[in-house]
Order: sequence, then structure tokens, then C-alpha cells
Amino acid sequence: MSALHTAERSALETFRRGLNLSPEFRRGLAGTLALAVLATAGRVIIPIAVQQVIDNGLAGPEPDVGFVRAAVLACALAVVLTTVCAYLMNVRLYRSSESGLATLRRKGFRHVHDLSVLTQNSERRGALVSRVTSDVDQISQFMQWGGLVIIVSVGQLLVATVLMAAYSWQLTLLVWAVFLPLTFALPRFQRLIARAYLRVRERTGDMLAAISESVVGSAVIRAYAAEDRTARRIDEAVEAQRKAQARAQTIIALTFPLTEVVAAVAVAAVVLAGVRLGVDGSISRGQLVAFLFLITLFISPLQTATEVLNEAQNAISGWRRVLAVLDTPPDVADPGPDGRTLPRGPIGVRFEHVSFAYPGGPPVLHDVDVEIAPCTKVAVVGETGSGKTTFAKLLTRLMDPTEGRVLLDGVDLREIRFSSLRERVVMVPQDGFLFDGTLAENIRYGRPDATDADIELAITELGLADWVAGLPAGLDTPVGQRGESLSAGERQLVALARAYLADPDLLLLDEATSAVDPATEVRLARALEGVTRGRTAVSIAHRLSTAEAADEILVFDRGRIVQRGPHAELVAQPGVYADLYASWTSGTRS
Amino acid sequence: MIRSTERNRPNSRGIIGVATKVSPAVMRKGIQVIWVAIRSEPMRFTVAVLASALYGTMTVASSWALGWATENVVFPAFAEGDVATATMAAGALLIVGTALLKAIGIGGRRAFAGFVQYRMQARSRRDVTRQYLRLPLAWHHRHPTGQLLSNASSDVEAAWAPLAPLPMALGVVVMLVTAAVAIVLTDPLLALVGFLVFPAIFLLNVVYQRRLSPLATRAQQLRAEVSEIAHESFDGALVVKTLGREDAEAARFAAKANELRDANIAVGRVRGLFDPLLDAMPTLGVLAVLLVGTLRLEAGGITAGELVQVAYLFTLLAWPIRALGWVLGELPRSVVGWTRIRHVLDATGSMTYGTARLTGTGPAHLEVRDLTYGYDPEAPVLDGVSFEARPGRTVAIVGPTGSGKSTLAQLLVRLIDPQRGEVRLDGVDLRDVERGGVSAVAALVPQQTFLFDDTVRGNVTLGLPGITDERVWAALRLAQADGFVSALPQGLDTRVGERGSSLSGGQRQRLALARALARSPRLLVLDDATSSVDAQVERRILEGLREAGGAATVIVIAYRMATIALADEVVYLERGRVVDRGTHEELLARCPGYRDLVTAYEREEAERAALRAQEEKPAGEVVADAAEGVGEPEEVAGR
Ligand SMILES: Nc1ncnc2c1ncn2[C@@H]1O[C@H](COP(=O)(O)OP(=O)(O)OP(=O)(O)O)[C@@H](O)[C@H]1O
Ligand SMILES: Nc1ncnc2c1ncn2[C@@H]1O[C@H](COP(=O)(O)OP(=O)(O)OP(=O)(O)O)[C@@H](O)[C@H]1O
Ligand SMILES: [Mg+2]
Ligand SMILES: [Mg+2]
Repeated sequence: MSALHTAERSALETFRRGLNLSPEFRRGLAGTLALAVLATAGRVIIPIAVQQVIDNGLAGPEPDVGFVRAAVLACALAVVLTTVCAYLMNVRLYRSSESGLATLRRKGFRHVHDLSVLTQNSERRGALVSRVTSDVDQISQFMQWGGLVIIVSVGQLLVATVLMAAYSWQLTLLVWAVFLPLTFALPRFQRLIARAYLRVRERTGDMLAAISESVVGSAVIRAYAAEDRTARRIDEAVEAQRKAQARAQTIIALTFPLTEVVAAVAVAAVVLAGVRLGVDGSISRGQLVAFLFLITLFISPLQTATEVLNEAQNAISGWRRVLAVLDTPPDVADPGPDGRTLPRGPIGVRFEHVSFAYPGGPPVLHDVDVEIAPCTKVAVVGETGSGKTTFAKLLTRLMDPTEGRVLLDGVDLREIRFSSLRERVVMVPQDGFLFDGTLAENIRYGRPDATDADIELAITELGLADWVAGLPAGLDTPVGQRGESLSAGERQLVALARAYLADPDLLLLDEATSAVDPATEVRLARALEGVTRGRTAVSIAHRLSTAEAADEILVFDRGRIVQRGPHAELVAQPGVYADLYASWTSGTRS
Repeated sequence: MIRSTERNRPNSRGIIGVATKVSPAVMRKGIQVIWVAIRSEPMRFTVAVLASALYGTMTVASSWALGWATENVVFPAFAEGDVATATMAAGALLIVGTALLKAIGIGGRRAFAGFVQYRMQARSRRDVTRQYLRLPLAWHHRHPTGQLLSNASSDVEAAWAPLAPLPMALGVVVMLVTAAVAIVLTDPLLALVGFLVFPAIFLLNVVYQRRLSPLATRAQQLRAEVSEIAHESFDGALVVKTLGREDAEAARFAAKANELRDANIAVGRVRGLFDPLLDAMPTLGVLAVLLVGTLRLEAGGITAGELVQVAYLFTLLAWPIRALGWVLGELPRSVVGWTRIRHVLDATGSMTYGTARLTGTGPAHLEVRDLTYGYDPEAPVLDGVSFEARPGRTVAIVGPTGSGKSTLAQLLVRLIDPQRGEVRLDGVDLRDVERGGVSAVAALVPQQTFLFDDTVRGNVTLGLPGITDERVWAALRLAQADGFVSALPQGLDTRVGERGSSLSGGQRQRLALARALARSPRLLVLDDATSSVDAQVERRILEGLREAGGAATVIVIAYRMATIALADEVVYLERGRVVDRGTHEELLARCPGYRDLVTAYEREEAERAALRAQEEKPAGEVVADAAEGVGEPEEVAGR
């Protein structure tokens, strides 16, 4: 389904790419690592202290209290130093990793907006959002804890091994021999756990989607008494998620304590073998006891290993998902600085043998070849599904044609810089999406530097002043999420005012006033006409009043332009337009 | 540095910064929340606690086993050069045996603590969503979508988060008590060290969580805000693109992301300080044990083996003891999450149903009396609306944008209940009708098309039992949707995408229409249901309805004359009041507001024709003519 790029890339390569994306990760890494080494070294204090106390302090018939006191003091000092090192390391780590993650989020977010609408729509909204939120959070666990634990654990294993070997190489071999099977088993367990968690994540996604239906579709669900069916769907999803979680937990519960048992076997083996070696005189009793303490040091990396490996894999998959966004080349790309900037003024449009098919679908536009002269008012009409919206999306370069090209003032759309294009061409889509804020904030969205006076002027010019005055807080009325606290028509009014204030050279209305009452629509049309004189205007509408007023009408039928010309001409000849018009007037004329 | 590997950190959205500190009030409330869980899952919870207690006891026992082995195997062997095989075997068995039991304890605790937590989550999610489905639409109007979604996801997670570490914490209490007894039995003076160190660790934990909670809550809140911005911004991607506002959106997001970064760093600072401190405490404890132990050894109070045992015990206790801190740390968030869930669960005003059955057949009889409704009860958007639709009749509701038509439509099928007045179907007040009774009789096609991410068939039937494919096709045919549906790659089984994104606007609308027609309703309410459909298709739909006709009473909200002309009666609304009722012709004749509204196109065209005719004339006359041609509709309207 998703059109996002999914490269087969090795874990290491992903990791490298991930680190390169956020240079902050590497900042001061050497210092952090040095602190980490010191902090870890502190862990051998206890085994050494125990060994020293037993072998030197308690060796004689009488304990050597003076020695023990000195040893304990020295060790305490070391503990304090280690703690300070650990603190410094943590602070550095948090700072660099959080900065790096913020960078990743920002880059990912920006890139999502660079992708074409088609690519964006190939993913569930929620999934797209998680690519800059929870997927990035997944990396943070690893960067702040797991990554270092891997380094430190390896270090700890090495240090413990070296120290153990210093005490007795035979016992060291024994310990390794006992643990070796575990080191083979752990990656297997980890894969098992990772798969289980992947399932949990998928089920969680399904569950959230099911839950969101009950909220977003609340009106439809009630109107059709679909409560039971919705509840059933939710129950199934919730139960599936619970089962997946329980399964993952069971796997962990079965594998996690294993190290505990293996460690005990190692301890028992060391005690038994150590005693034999001790009898031979090749190891002191303090060394043997210290060895037992070292084993606890030895198992803690292994105990956390599955968890750490899991974090590592989570981080890799998090990176993969963010990289999938960043690696997807914007199929409708901004030519950037190489592109052309068009001077402002009336715009002419030319479609040159344009064909279009949605990905994986049949062609919906066939060889559309048409010219729209500057300063004309063009109406686009046609049956439902005939390709009008598709035409609009190509004209505003939300998509690129499969064949042919679209020219603006003779320049291929693909060569025009987005900053210039968006300033000159603005489309008002049918569902007036509003942001959660006030009316004024939404209207200003198209031109952030507009003053309150500008907004009021625009409102007045569009003849909406009375309507705004009738609202409880005027321009400061909150519109609610997606504009939910306005009526459908009111939402369209705001969306139109927003585009109007943006003041483009070509205004494209895709059924932008379909829910507005006729009187208001006529008033709006007249206001726009005043403005669009000297500008180009393209409007798509099922209400043919718009077509009657246009300089030229483009009639779409099954993806082709079958007729074009002014109203008077088209209505006189038999054809699609005459039919459309007949059914329109049969209703509107009393 | 070994951080809470046991703790799962839910991605909680939207915990507002209330009650974020570990205070006595929060503790009390938190215990209440936990009590709810214990009462709901007593068996599993008990198993988890027992397993945890086993783990706690065996942790202490394992140090005792090691001490025993040191005392009876290692030291004698070094002293005497040999030791009985039986003793050695016993030592090894003790060590491995306690470890096995401990492992069972760990596994059991983890599994069952998880089971309890997940069951409670699932239970809460079911309860919360059931409530969403039960509560009236008016309640939904008052609560933003995002908030409701986070209630069911992250708030639920937060509420039950303490359940994961809780059994472990209880096990730790057992462990501490056992350890205390073990040490006291070994040597009371050595125990003194323990009694200093353990409370110190506990206190440090309390301080830690008090410092951390507010910061963590803030970070959590910001995480929710970051996600909200991303959601809204991606939702409105089309607007962002068409207005070229990508950079501004990126800046808005970056500002929040940076705030989140700073909040996380602040959290990191506290964690970075307290984690190493908590690690250092038991280490210092061991050193103290060694020192005091040596003195006690000198005095003959203990043996060397006991000293090793106590020292080992300290290293073992260091980590689990922090489980107490995790529970403390999760409590404030849990309390906030639970409070928000309760807010949903305790919400009243859920629709009450009567027992009346609507048994009639054929078109329904609709009476509307004195309906008054306001999203804010102080400012009604509908005020004293009354009209009647006799069986089989078609009534058109007409009114300017924002006059309250959609609100009225929702009242007619009882999506919301009026603040005053009543809607009667076949003489029965909708509020007296049994549950599910209204929707079995009346169908609304809302103005805002909503399609589920499901197949075409699923969207039409919405799970209604007994709808055959023939009936689905018949409905699609009536809605003029059969043509494009049969052209879809998988026909009825084609998935339509999120909110129907792979269909054109008119196609979506026709599916919504088919959904209503498939149930052969006795009352059909069409709220601007053909706005995205061209006149020809609309005409065919209307003709189809009329042919199938007489079967339903139809309330139609529309502006198109074709639709209105079909109606037997027109109700003209303005600012929530009925201005006039009558046939289309009557209203045209006597209601100026109505006339202005429905004849706007005609007058517009007449004016244009006049303009065209006068184009040859001098410019001055044109202006005069135009000014006289059309009155300002708004001013004439309904005064
Ligand atoms: N995202 C998409 N993916 C696949 N097919 C699509 C997509 N959007 C539209 N189509 C198909 O392309 C065809 C043309 O759609 P378009 O939206 O351009 O029609 P339209 O003329 O605007 O219709 P309407 O009047 O209903 O808005 C339709 O058959 C539609 O099903
Ligand atoms: N959820 C809501 N919360 C608060 N106010 C609302 C809400 N929905 C609608 N309103 C307000 O109530 C009034 C009536 O809205 P309604 O949707 O019923 O109008 P309408 O007649 O259907 O308009 P339209 O022709 O634009 O569809 C409007 O002023 C609108 O702003
Ligand atoms: Mg369209
Ligand atoms: Mg409405």
C-alpha cells in the first residue's frame, strides 16, 4: 500500500546513515565514552574489595582492622569518583542524543510535507505521524541507554574476564564454558521477542484505528445504529492487541530468568572446581570468593542482553521507518534554486497532451490539450468522476502528468520554483480544512503578514462581514478541530476567505462553495469577479450558474475534454453540456 | 546505569500537568486506582504477588546458600585441604536450587504482572469506547476528537502503568523483611548498617520521583503536543501545499520539537544524577558491611562466611529495591490518567430509551414541535421549530448557510436530544422509543460524508444483518453508484481507503446515499446529500427515489430548485427560526428571504443577460441598470 521507500539495507548501514543524519549524536562522543569507561571500571570495586579484605584483612588469626579500614576508604573514594563520572556521562549523553533526535524529527516532518499528496495518502495518517513521533522515540531508548549498555557491557565482560583470568584461568574457562550456550541462545530469543513486539505494534495500530472510528464516525454510527458492529470491531482489535502483548510478555517471562539459572550453575561449578584448585594451592580463598562476585558482574550484561538487543533492533527499525520517509524522493519535487521564478501578473495556462493515471489504476485523463488565456474565467464541468479534480491537481502541480506537460506562461510547471508557483496559483479544495484556532488565524494562514485590517477588508469585500458580525466572538471565534464547530457552508466561507487573502494570480476553486447557499454564493462570485478581473480564475462546480458566467467552459467526460467554448455557444449545440444544462435548469427555473 | 529494564514506558499522550507530584493525596488516590485493579483481577494479581514473594525470598536465600557454601565448603577446604563430597553436592544443589526457584519467581511475576496490566488496559478500553458509543452526539460535540482518542489510548496506558512494577515492589517488601530478619539473625550490629542503607535508598527514591514526576509529565505533555501538531499538519497537507506553507509548518513543528528536546534533557539531568546515586548506595553499603564486619569478626560476633553472605545480599538487593521507586514514579501519571478515564465513564446524559416500538409499515408520520437546541444552551441555534411531514410526503428544509439545517437533521433522527420541544414519529416521542428503534425506521445521509476504511459492501451494509448483495446493488443503483462500483477493480470488495480517499467527491457521496437506501427506511433525511453530484445524476437519483417512492417520508435539505420542486412542502429557516412554511410557489410569492435565496441564480443570470444586452450601450447606463437589478439578498431576507 505505502508508496514510501523501503530499501533493503543492513542494520549496520541503517545505523551509519542514522548517525550521519544527526551530527549531534557524535558531538563529544569521545569524552562521553571515556567517562563511560571510568564509570564501568567502578563496578569491579566490590569484588576487588572483597578479595582484598578476605585475603589480606582476614588472612591472619586476627583481622587486620587497619588494612580493612584503609581499603574500604580507598574504595569509597573510588565509588564517589565513579558516581561523578556516571553523572557527567549521562548529562552529555542526554544532551547529544535528544538534540540528534530533535533534528531527525524536524527533517522527517519537513520531508513528509515535501512528498506529493499521492504518496502521503498511500499511508494512514496515524502511521505517517508516528514516523516523526513514536518511531523516533524508539531510537531514544537506544541512544540514551541501549547503545551505551552495549559498549559498556562488552567492556564489562572484558574487564570481568581479564580480572577473572588474573585470579584463575581455569575457572575463567569454566565460567565461559557454562555461559557459551547462553550467548548462542540469546540472539535467538531476541529474534523471537522482536517478532512478538512487532506484532504488538501492528495490533496496536489496528486497535487505534478501530477506536478512532468510534470517535470520528460517531454521527454515522448513531444514525445507522452501527454501535454493536463498531463495538464488536473494537473488541476484536483490543483483544488481539492484548493477546499479542501477553504473548510477548510470556516469551520474555520464559527467557529472561534463564540467565539466573545459568549463573547459579556457574557459581556452583566455580565453587566445586575452585575448591579442587584451592586444595592444589593454585588459588586463594579470597580470590575464589571474589570470583563469585565477579560472576554477578558477568551475568548482568547477559541478563540485559536480550533487552538491549531488542532496543537496538527497535532503534534500527525506528531509523528504517524515518529513513523510509527521508529516502523517498519527492516525486513532485521543487526545482529549488535552479527553478524559474515567474514575475507576478496575469497567468496563462497550457495543457499539452496531458494524460494521467493514479498509481496502479487505469488512466483517468486522456490526452487533455487545452489553453487557458490570461485573465479569463474558466468553468470546468462534467459528470461525477470525469476527472475534474484530477485536472485541478495537475494544474496546481499537486501531481505530475503521466504523459504530456502543463505550462504556465509557457514554462513547464516542473521548472517553476514552488515558492513562486504557490504564490501565484492557489486552489481551494472542496472540504474546507481548517486548523484548530480562531477564524482570524485561519484566514491569515495564506498570508501570515496580513494585518487585522487586511482581514477585515477581505471579509468585507467578500460580503461576509454580516456573517462574521453574527458570530459570538466575531473573528476571534474558535473553529474547533478541523473546523468542526462551524457549519459545512461556514467552513467553506473561511477556506475561501483564506485563499482570497493570499491574493494569487490564478485562483482555482474545486467545488469550493458547494455547501454555501445560492444567495451567498452569487455574492461571493460577484466579489471574486471584481478581483479576478485581471486574473485568471478556474472554477469547478456542479452548479452551472458558475459556468454561465464564465468566459469559457471546459466540459469533461470520462477523462476527456469533449466540448469547450462560452456558454451561449455550447448550450446551442447538442452534447454533454446541453444535457447537463437542461437538467440543471429544469430544476432551477420555477 | 542499569535502568528500569522492567518498566515499560508507555507513549502516553495528553497527560495534562495536574497532580504530578508524589503527595499524600496522590498516594491515596493511587492506591484506590490500584485497588480497582486488584478487585478486578484478584487471581492473577495474587499469583503475580506470590511469584514475586518467592523471588524475594529466594534472592535472600541465594545469598544464604552462597554463605553456607563459603562457610562449609570453601573455607574448610582451604583450611583442611579437603571436604566431604556430600557437603559439596549439598552446596551446589542449594545454589542451583534457590536459583531455580528464583527464576520461577521472576518468570511468574513478569508474566502475571503483565497479564493483569494488559487485561486492565483492555477492560478500560472496552469500557471507554462503549461509553463513546453510548453517549449522545451532543457530548461528542463538546469534546475534541484528539482528547477522546488519547483517553482511550495513552490515558488507559498511564492509568495501569503502575501494575507492571507493583508485584515486584510488593515482592521487594517481602525481600526486605526477609533480608532484615536474616541479617538480624546473623548479627544485630551488622544489621544496623542495613537499617541505615535501605531507608536511605528508599528516601533517595522518594526524592528522585518527586523531582522527576513534574518534569516527566511535562515531557509527556509536550510529546502529545508534538504529535498533535504533526497530526493536524498532515491532515491539512493539501491546504499547506496549496498555500505553500510548508516552511511555516516546519517552523511550527520545530519549535515544539525543540521544546520537547529541552524537556527531555531536563528529565535526563535528574535521571543522570539520581541513577548513579542509587547505584552507589548499595556499593557503599557493602563497603560499610566489610568494615563493620571485620570489627565484628575481630570481636567474634560473626564468621567470615556470614560476612560474605551479608555483603553478597547487599549486592543482590541493590537493584530490586528500586522497583518501589518505579511504582511511586508511575503513580501521579496513573492518577491523572485514571481521573480522565473516569471523566468519560462517569459522564451522564447518555441517551435514555423508552419501551415504545415503532411497529408501523410504510412511510412514517413526522411531527416536530417547538424544537430548541443550542450547542451552547445559552445561544440556541434552533429556536421553536415546528413542522409536520405526513406519511409519504416530501418536505424540503431551506435556509441560508449556518441557519441550523444540519442541526435540525440530527434532531430528526435523534442523534441529539432537544433542549425543548419534541420530535414525534407516528405519534411517538423519539425519546420514548426503544433502543435502536429510531435508526431502524429513520436514516440520515449527513452533509459530511464519512466512509470507513472498509470495503464498498462494508460501507453500505455497516454490518446490518441480512442485507444480501442484491439489495446492496439495488441501493447502489438507486444512488446511481452501480456504474462506478462495478468498474472498480474488486467491485463490492474494493477497499475505499481512509475516509474513502481513493474515490472522487461525488462517488463518496453516492456511497453514503446507498448506505441509507439499503435499509429501506420509512423516514429518509437527506442533508445536502447531492451537493457533490452533478445535476444529471441528481435528477436520476431523485427520479429513482420517486419510482421506489411512496415508501418513505423524505426530509430533504437542499438549495437546488430541482430538489426543492420535488417537495410537497417547504420549511424556510433563518437563524434557527421557521420564517415561513408552505408550497414552493406560496413561499416564492410571499416570503422575500426565500425568494432571494432560491432565485439567486436566476436573477444573477437575468442581470448578466441584461448586461450583455447593454454591452453595446454606453457604460453609464449599465451601472445604473445593474444597481437596480438585484437587491442585497441579506437585507431583504426575513425582515
Ligand atoms: N487517489 C485516487 N486513487 C485512485 N483513483 C482515484 C483517486 N482519486 C480519484 N480517483 C479516480 O479518478 C477518477 C476521477 O476522479 P476525480 O476526483 O478527478 O473526479 P471529479 O470529476 O472531480 O468527480 P467529482 O465531481 O465527483 O468530484 C474517478 O473515477 C476516481 O475514482
Ligand atoms: N459542533 C458545533 N459546536 C458549536 N457550534 C456549532 C457546531 N456545529 C454547528 N454549530 C453552529 O450552529 C449553527 C448552525 O449550524 P448547522 O450546521 O446546523 O448549519 P446549516 O444550516 O446546516 O449550515 P450549512 O448550510 O452551512 O450546512 C452555525 O452557526 C454553526 O456555527
Ligand atoms: Mg472532484
Ligand atoms: Mg449543514
